[in-house]
Amino acid sequence: MENTPTPMTADAVLDREFLEMRAKILELAASFDRLDRGEGGINDDRRMELIREALKLLEDPNAGRAEKIQLLFSREYSGSWRNEFGI
Amino acid sequence: MYYIDPHIHMVSRVTDDYETLSKMGCTAMSEPAFWAGFDRGSAESFRDYFKQLTEVEPKRAAQYGIQHFTWLCINAKEADNVELSREVIAMIPEFLDCPNVLGIGEIGLNKNTKNEATIFLEHMELAIKYNQQILIHTPHLEDKFQGTKMILDMLTDDSRVDPSRVLVDHVEEHTVETVLENGFWAGMTLYPVSKCTPARAADIIEMYGPERLLANSAGDWGPSKPTAVPDLIFEMRRRGHSEDLIRQVVYENPIKFFSQSQNFNFVRPDGVPVPSIQ
Ligand SMILES: [Zn+2]
Repeated sequence: MENTPTPMTADAVLDREFLEMRAKILELAASFDRLDRGEGGINDDRRMELIREALKLLEDPNAGRAEKIQLLFSREYSGSWRNEFGI
Repeated sequence: MYYIDPHIHMVSRVTDDYETLSKMGCTAMSEPAFWAGFDRGSAESFRDYFKQLTEVEPKRAAQYGIQHFTWLCINAKEADNVELSREVIAMIPEFLDCPNVLGIGEIGLNKNTKNEATIFLEHMELAIKYNQQILIHTPHLEDKFQGTKMILDMLTDDSRVDPSRVLVDHVEEHTVETVLENGFWAGMTLYPVSKCTPARAADIIEMYGPERLLANSAGDWGPSKPTAVPDLIFEMRRRGHSEDLIRQVVYENPIKFFSQSQNFNFVRPDGVPVPSIQ
């Protein structure tokens, strides 16, 4: 599989996406604030754990962050599923 | 630019959508059989649905200069009902000679259950028996990775399946590589929230190249956008990609894949006929 590198420079990508990225981070920040203001505890909720893990992956210096975040939110696969199902 | 939407559910769209798609350059589309948003009560209900797909939609599309093709099956969600599924599978051969039928699809998994896998294998048998191409639905969200791996297991475990005649749809960052590596075609579905955005689809094209990659809107009864493929074209142009590269993904690749179906009698808008390979 041969890739087709992006014709845009990193500078051009940042110019185009800076405001968008800023806006997405703000949306997340506001969501966390909203969760805080709501009644009840969610700290033990598995979904919050996943979100905290995902935020850490954003800071990963290596590429493939989108793939890693996808995998984080995925159910596990077992190679022996056909045996388990008996099919 | 002319384009083909290889996965769109027009039974759920209004006629205005045909007009809009036509004006945006859509020359052909393929519509896999899918879930109607509710579980159907009997196999006869599927017979009517298959008539809609093979008789009604091609006419509706033709009014706007669009060629309509289709795929038949019982979808992964209703496939959990094994008894109903077997009745529907038994009925499908009646429709395989309809002029717009390209193969069996979209078969797949939904919650990755034993029943769904059982019916997936029976659909596979049907496709092999009638030498049909296969279009595959992979599950959504947390079920996608596991379900895609299970589907690939079933396909690659059977040496009678030719991967170059199978399209695996709804691939995303964590599933596209293994689908392509195994020789299958991969479809990216541009769909709000639960699937891929035009920007992420363009990223995938940049990371893996255009070979055996398709893009579709999956426009259906849910929150979806039937004009999503033109959105991808626009995104790729904004990034400065060549027209040739864009055309390969949205036009030439679907023609190449569909041409392996006996019934793909596509007429290019420029008048050049595309001979079917089989
Ligand atoms: Zn679909």
